[in-house]
Amino acid sequence: MSDTPKRTALYDLHCALGGKMVDFAGWEMPVQYPVGIMGEHQHCRNKAALFDVSHMGQVLLHGPNAAEKLEALVPAALSTLPEGKARYTFFTNETGGIIDDLIVSNAGDYLFLVVNASMRAQDIPHMKAHLKDIEVTEIFNRSLIAVQGPSAQDVVARHCPQVAELNFMQTCEALIDDTLCRISRLGYTGEDGYEISIPEADAERITRLMLDHPDCAPAGLGARDSLRLEAGLCLYGNDITPETSPIEAGLSWAIQKRRRKQGGFPGAARIMAELEHGAARKLVGIMPQGRAPARAGVEIHDLNGNAIGEITSGGFSPTVQRPVAMGYVQADHSTPGQELHLIIRGKPQPAKVCALPFVPQNYKR
Amino acid sequence: MTTYYSEEHEWITVEGDTATIGITAHAAQQLGDIVFVDQKEDGDEFESGDEIGVIESVKAASEIFAPVDGEIIEANELLQSNPAALNENPEADAWIYKIKLSDPSQLEGLMDLAGYKTFIA
Repeated sequence: MSDTPKRTALYDLHCALGGKMVDFAGWEMPVQYPVGIMGEHQHCRNKAALFDVSHMGQVLLHGPNAAEKLEALVPAALSTLPEGKARYTFFTNETGGIIDDLIVSNAGDYLFLVVNASMRAQDIPHMKAHLKDIEVTEIFNRSLIAVQGPSAQDVVARHCPQVAELNFMQTCEALIDDTLCRISRLGYTGEDGYEISIPEADAERITRLMLDHPDCAPAGLGARDSLRLEAGLCLYGNDITPETSPIEAGLSWAIQKRRRKQGGFPGAARIMAELEHGAARKLVGIMPQGRAPARAGVEIHDLNGNAIGEITSGGFSPTVQRPVAMGYVQADHSTPGQELHLIIRGKPQPAKVCALPFVPQNYKR
Repeated sequence: MTTYYSEEHEWITVEGDTATIGITAHAAQQLGDIVFVDQKEDGDEFESGDEIGVIESVKAASEIFAPVDGEIIEANELLQSNPAALNENPEADAWIYKIKLSDPSQLEGLMDLAGYKTFIA
C-alpha cells in the first residue's frame, strides 16, 4: 500500500502512552507500548489488556432475509442465529479456499459484521455484488476496542453492569458513560473479554475510562499476535488463505450441521468431500523441542528428510515459555506426538506435533 | 582497551589482537524481549558483513553482522541459558563472542562512543 497510513481515533492516545507505531494493513497502529510484548501478553493472561482494533472493518447488512442471503457466501448457519448472538465464519471461494474470516452478529433489525483490516477492500464489493436487495454499509465513524483477560468483566462492568450477563459469543447495545456502544463478549486472545464498537468522537474518553481500572493496561499488535497463536486461533493470510480449505485448517466446527448437509456456499464440493473423506493435509500445533522459534515459512520435514509441509505462524510463547508454532503437514503426519524436523536456517531441528490450543481457552459459557 | 561501535549497533572492545563483541543497549531496546540467540561455534571464521548469528525476540528474528574480519574464540554460553540477559546487560555480561581480529586496521572504519551517540540520535 503506497498511501499514507490511516490513523484511528485513538492515535493520539497511543502516542501519549508511548506506543511504538508501525504500518499494519495501511493503518498506523501500536505494535507495543513501553512495557513490551512479553509484559503486555502476560498482563492479558493475568489481568486485562486493552487493544485498539479500529482498523478492522465494521459492516452493517440491512434488508429482508439478510442472514439467509449471506449464507450464499459463507458456510455458517446464519438464518437460525438468534438475535443477540455472534458466530465465527469465513468467506469461501469456488475452490473451497478461505478469502477472509469474520464475525457475524444478529443485531435484531440488521447484521453486524467485523472483517479483517487487510480485506475490507475485497469483502465489501464481494458482498455488494452477491447480496441482492441487501444494503451493505461499511462504517467509517466508529472505533473498535477489545478488552481481554480474566479481569475484563470487572473493567467493563464497572461502567456497564449489564455486560456481566453476556455469555461468550453474545452481543448487545448498551450505554457506557452515556454513549451507546455495541458490546460483544468475544475476542482473539483465548481469554474472556469484550469487543466494543464506539462512536469515534467518544472512543478516546471511553478507552481512558477502561484504562483507569487498575487491572487494565494497553497492549499492541505484537501481544495480540502472540496471544492468538497460544490460543490456536488462525490468522488470515498466514494460517488460512485462498488455498487452504476450512477442513484443512481445522475449522469444521464452524460449519453447522444443516450447511454440511445442504451445501450452497462457494467451494461446497471440495469442502463437503473433505468433511466426508478427510483432507490431505492438516493445520496442527507444533512444538519445537529446542529453544529456536520457528517462524512462518519454515519448511517441515519428516525424519527421513522429505518435505511434508510448512510453518504458517510461529514464535515464542510467553505463557509456556518456549517456542510454539502452527503449520500444515500431510494428514498421515498430523497425530499429536508425531516427530518432525523443522528446517531453521538450513539445519533440521526436532519438533513434535501437539494438540491446539497451547494455552487453555478461558471463555465465559 | 578501546571500544568501537558499528552502524549495525554492535560494540567491539579490543585488547591487542583479540576483541569482545556484543550489541548495544540501544539495539537491545529496539529488539524487545529476546528469547533465543543462535550463536556460531568456536573456530568459525568470518569476514566483515557476514552473518555471525541470529537474535530472536518475541516478535522477530534479527541477524548479527560481523563488524570486522576474524575468528570466533568463544561464544558466551550465558546467552544459551538466559537469552534475556541480552536485554538486561547487553554491554557487559551479555557479550556475544570473543574473537581474534584478522585485520585490526578495519577498526578505523568504526565509530567511537561519541560518534555512535550521534548516529542513533
